[in-house]
Amino acid sequence: MTKPLSLARLRDTAAVLVALGFVLWMTFGAHAAGLLNVSYDPTRELYKDINKAFAADWKAKTGEDVTIRQSHGGSGKQARAVIDGLDADVVTLALSGDIDAIAAQTKKIPENWQSRLPHGSSPYTSTIVLVVRKGNPKGIKDWDDLVKPGVSVITANPKSGGGARWNYLAAWGYAHEKFGGDEAKTRDFIAALYHNVAVLDSGARGSTLTFAQRATGDVLIAWENEAFLTLDEFGADKFEIVVPSISILAQPPVAVVDGNVDAKGTRKEAEAYLQFLYTPAAQKIIAHDYYRPIDEAAADPADLKRFPKLKLLNIDDPVYGGWKTAQPKHFGDGGVFDQIYKPKG
Amino acid sequence: MTSASTGRWRDAFVKPSALPGFGLTMGYTILYLSLLVLIPLAALILKAGTLGLSGIVAVGVDPRVTAALRVTFGISFLAAIVNVVFGTVVAWVLARYDFTGKRLVDAAVDLPFALPTAVAGLALSSLYAPNGWLGQFFAPFGIKIAYSPIGIFIALVFIGLPFVVRTLQPVLGELDSEIEEASATLGASRLQTVTRVVLPPLVPAILTGFALAFARAIGEYGSVIFISDNLPYRSEIVPSLIVQELEQNKYAQATAIAIIMLAISFVMLLVINLIQAWSRKRMGHV
Repeated sequence: MTKPLSLARLRDTAAVLVALGFVLWMTFGAHAAGLLNVSYDPTRELYKDINKAFAADWKAKTGEDVTIRQSHGGSGKQARAVIDGLDADVVTLALSGDIDAIAAQTKKIPENWQSRLPHGSSPYTSTIVLVVRKGNPKGIKDWDDLVKPGVSVITANPKSGGGARWNYLAAWGYAHEKFGGDEAKTRDFIAALYHNVAVLDSGARGSTLTFAQRATGDVLIAWENEAFLTLDEFGADKFEIVVPSISILAQPPVAVVDGNVDAKGTRKEAEAYLQFLYTPAAQKIIAHDYYRPIDEAAADPADLKRFPKLKLLNIDDPVYGGWKTAQPKHFGDGGVFDQIYKPKG
Repeated sequence: MTSASTGRWRDAFVKPSALPGFGLTMGYTILYLSLLVLIPLAALILKAGTLGLSGIVAVGVDPRVTAALRVTFGISFLAAIVNVVFGTVVAWVLARYDFTGKRLVDAAVDLPFALPTAVAGLALSSLYAPNGWLGQFFAPFGIKIAYSPIGIFIALVFIGLPFVVRTLQPVLGELDSEIEEASATLGASRLQTVTRVVLPPLVPAILTGFALAFARAIGEYGSVIFISDNLPYRSEIVPSLIVQELEQNKYAQATAIAIIMLAISFVMLLVINLIQAWSRKRMGHV
């Protein structure tokens, strides 16, 4: 009797020790020195490549090792995590509004953060395009075709996803031009478009999965880089990219979280990391990973060729009036997006 | 002598027990409940309180919120009902019969407890999507399971099942099969045996299982948002609405919705509890 008992006790003790070790490793192991880059969904692949290049560059310059951890999710959710205390060294989000929210609520980022780096702190740009199934069975050529009856559209909820807001605004810009600035008609167009939405996912990646993997919907509204990644991931024999006549110039911004880097003593690395994004080496990677570089000379011409030329509206154009106007007007409570979904009567 | 006096002091509000340790365990219970349940809930109410009562009411009558409440509570209720019926069958099989692979089935019942809900949602949606293993058989008839309210229902049935089975199993195990045999020998039909002899003592446990599955379904988020099409007024659940408010940094509105949801849940659970107490009194104490 004693022998199996002691064996069992030994096993239990071992299990407790392993569990304890695991907890300790989870708690302290994860906090090894390095940077934490809190970003949004479709930049996973980009920052994997950037981080490798930056670590090598930093090692060559200073002889120090630097590790960069990545965190991805819906842009709004990521911003909230930082507001609630996630110790991000840098944030690389989908909208300047999300970084503004961190600045306003935590004071960890100065108000003028957007003027600290060139190009409004956006080292790369992107745009919104349409993805359809191979052969384009519904004949979708432009935003117009998305409001036709029987076309099922996949996009994320603009109230919860940064990319989804760019999607919405791109369509809005098109309708605004089409109807010569008639606001009521533009609104009806957007309402018709969102009535064709089959699944309103909470973020850009969720939409891509719904469309590509679950074969739901006729057309996906997506970030340009996400569209290319979909072709890479699920096969160019299954999907086609349709470039609309007009879209929006999406400028995902980056910022150092001053409050966090000063507390952690990582300011030097964090600033170098963001500045690295503007170097020719990083710009080349950016173009390769399907983001539009701001320094085209640094990019591989073959990569640049993949970006179609199309008319791009800017968020600061009068049609939108900048994020500070567009955000509450379209996505605030009771804003245009809410009105679209209000039941009639 | 002091121990006697504290004993008398204690007797005033607690029935004595053969085991010591009331002070210690009671103190621990209060501390534990405060830190984990009461203080967070109080913080929730305080935050929502910044809106004022009229603000909370305004949130509560917002058509989008009421629509989401209807979807959440309605589908959760349906799912809990279905779980009661089929969970009872599963518990019955597990408690009354021996068969090969029983332990496997028994263990499988607990899987919805352990699986991260997002994983459950992804698995269910890939299964029931129009091109999924099961969804493809329904798609030709124009029946959409994933990306419709039916999808929400399936996710909620999935996560609620173990609650009913695990509440009923021990009660069924304690129920003597001899009384069923007695009922049979006294000339009752099988249906009569089930409705008059087997089911009545199970009612309190069934109600408990129902309440647990229902409460769990109301708070479910991860699995539902993956399998639902999340369209406002049609298939948007309250937790999704709360997350949307949070993502716009509207903490007070989000907590107000949460408070409304909590209040409704509390009332419903209270009613279920009352019915339970009533049925327990009527059916005898099981």
